Amino acid sequence: MSFEWPWQYNFPPFFTLQPNADTRQKQLEAWCSLALSYCRHHKLYTLDVMEAQESPMFNNKKIERKLSMETIQIVFEELRKKGNLEWLDKNKLRCLVMWRRPEEWGKLIYQWVSKNGMVNSVFTLYELSNGDDTQEEEFHGLEEWMLLRSLQALQTDGRAEIISMDDGKGVKFF
Amino acid sequence: VATFLNLFVCCFNKCFLLFQSAKIVIHLHPTPPNKEPGPYQQSKYSYIKLSFKEHGQIEFYRRLTEEMTKKRWENMPVSQPIPTGTGLQAGRTRAVGIVGIERKIEEKRKETDKNISEAFEDLSKLMVKAKEMVELSKSIANKIKDKQGDITEDETIRFKSYLLSMGIADPVTRETHGSGTHYHMQLAKQLGDMLQAPLEERGGMMALTEVYCLVNRARGMELLSPEDLVNACKMFESLKLPLRLRVFDSGVMVVQLQSHSEEEMIASALDNVSDKGSLTAEEFAKLLGLSVLLSKERLLLAEKMGHLCRDDSVEGLRFYPNLF
Repeated sequence: MSFEWPWQYNFPPFFTLQPNADTRQKQLEAWCSLALSYCRHHKLYTLDVMEAQESPMFNNKKIERKLSMETIQIVFEELRKKGNLEWLDKNKLRCLVMWRRPEEWGKLIYQWVSKNGMVNSVFTLYELSNGDDTQEEEFHGLEEWMLLRSLQALQTDGRAEIISMDDGKGVKFF
Repeated sequence: VATFLNLFVCCFNKCFLLFQSAKIVIHLHPTPPNKEPGPYQQSKYSYIKLSFKEHGQIEFYRRLTEEMTKKRWENMPVSQPIPTGTGLQAGRTRAVGIVGIERKIEEKRKETDKNISEAFEDLSKLMVKAKEMVELSKSIANKIKDKQGDITEDETIRFKSYLLSMGIADPVTRETHGSGTHYHMQLAKQLGDMLQAPLEERGGMMALTEVYCLVNRARGMELLSPEDLVNACKMFESLKLPLRLRVFDSGVMVVQLQSHSEEEMIASALDNVSDKGSLTAEEFAKLLGLSVLLSKERLLLAEKMGHLCRDDSVEGLRFYPNLF
C-alpha cells in the first residue's frame, strides 16, 4: 500500500515557513503529522537529518519544493516537544522517531500477551519483536531500543518486569 | 655607516619545492637607535624574504655570503660627507649605494608633501568663509524665531526654503511642526484639494513618493521639500481633511482617502488571488493598475490578516489563498 500524501503536500506554500503566527501553527502541525505518518508507514525508527532533507518526506520533486534545513529543524523541535522525537547526538544530526509513544506500544504488546493467555510467561526480547508468533502484530519488527522503552513503560505500570538473562534481556508479564 | 647590510645576521637558503619558487630569508638585527631616515623607520618584521621565480638563488646566495664576509662597503673611501639625522644638503652629493637611494626617496617625499600643502591652501581659506556663512544664517534663523527682525511671513518662508536648499537644518520648522506652522496648514489644505482626483483614479491610495512627484510637477516653481510634504500630510487628520497619511509596517508611507475601506481592499485582494490561483506582487500590480510597491503592501496586509499565505522559492514570492 503506497503512502497517501496529505493535501498540503502538493500546496507550494506548505514548504515556506509562514510568517503569520496562526498560519504557521497550523502548518507545523500538518508537518508533524506528515512526518510521523511517513515514518510509521515506512517503519522508520531513526532519522538522519541530512538524508531526511532529500527524502520525499520533505522534498516534493513534483512541485519542485522542499523544506529548508532551518524549517526542518523547527519541525523536529515541535516533534521533540510533543514527545515523538529524541536526539541521539548533541549536534542534532540523528534522532529517534517515535511515531507511537512507548506507552502506546506497551499497551499493544500487553494486549497481545493477555489475548493469547500468556500472562506470567517469560519472553526474550527477540521473541517479541521477531518471533513467528508475533508476525501479524504491529509491533513485529520493532527495534530493540523502542521495545525496551515500551517494556519499561509497562514496568513502571507494574504490568511487566524486565529480566537480564545469559544472552540478552527478557520480560515477564503480570 | 649603518645600512641594512650591517643588520644582516644570517641567511637561510630555503630549499626548492615543487611549484614554489626558491626563497632566501635574511634575518636582520633590530634597528640601532642612530639609524638614518630611509624608506622605513622601523618594521615589525625582523627578516627579509627574497623569492627567486626562475633560478639564480644559488649564485646570489654565494655572492651574498661572500660580500658579508668581506664587508667591502666598510672599506670604501669616505669621499662624501656623512649624513646626519636630517641628512639633506643643498648641493647634491654623490649618491652611492643604498644610502643614496634612501636619501633620494626621502627628498622626493618631502617635495611631494610641500606641493600638497600648497595646493590645499586655497581650500582652507574657503572652509573658513563657509564657516562664517553658516554662523550668519544660524543667527538670522534665530532672529526670526525670536521675531526680532522686521521680516514678513512670505520672506520667512522663502528664507527657510533657501536654508533647506543649502542643506542647513531649519530650526524653525522642526520645533513648530507639532503645533503646525501656518505654512503647513495652508499646504495641507492645498494638498487636500489637489489630491482628491488622482487618489480616486488610483483606487484611493498613493505612495508618498508618487504624491511628491505629482505635487511638485504641478507646482512647477516653488517646489516642496520632502520634509514639508510629510509635515503637511501629518496635519490631515487634525484639519479634518478627507485624507490620511498612513505608515505600513515596512515603513512605506501612503496617502489614502478616508473613505477608503481596508476590509474591501483585502476582500478584493483575496478574490483576485483565488481567481488566479496564486499571484506575485508584480502580477497583482498589473491586474489592478497599481504600483508594485502598493500592491505588495496590500498582499502583505492580507497575509497579516490570515487571508493569504506565501510561497517563497527560487521562482520568487507568490501569494496563495490561505487554505491552512
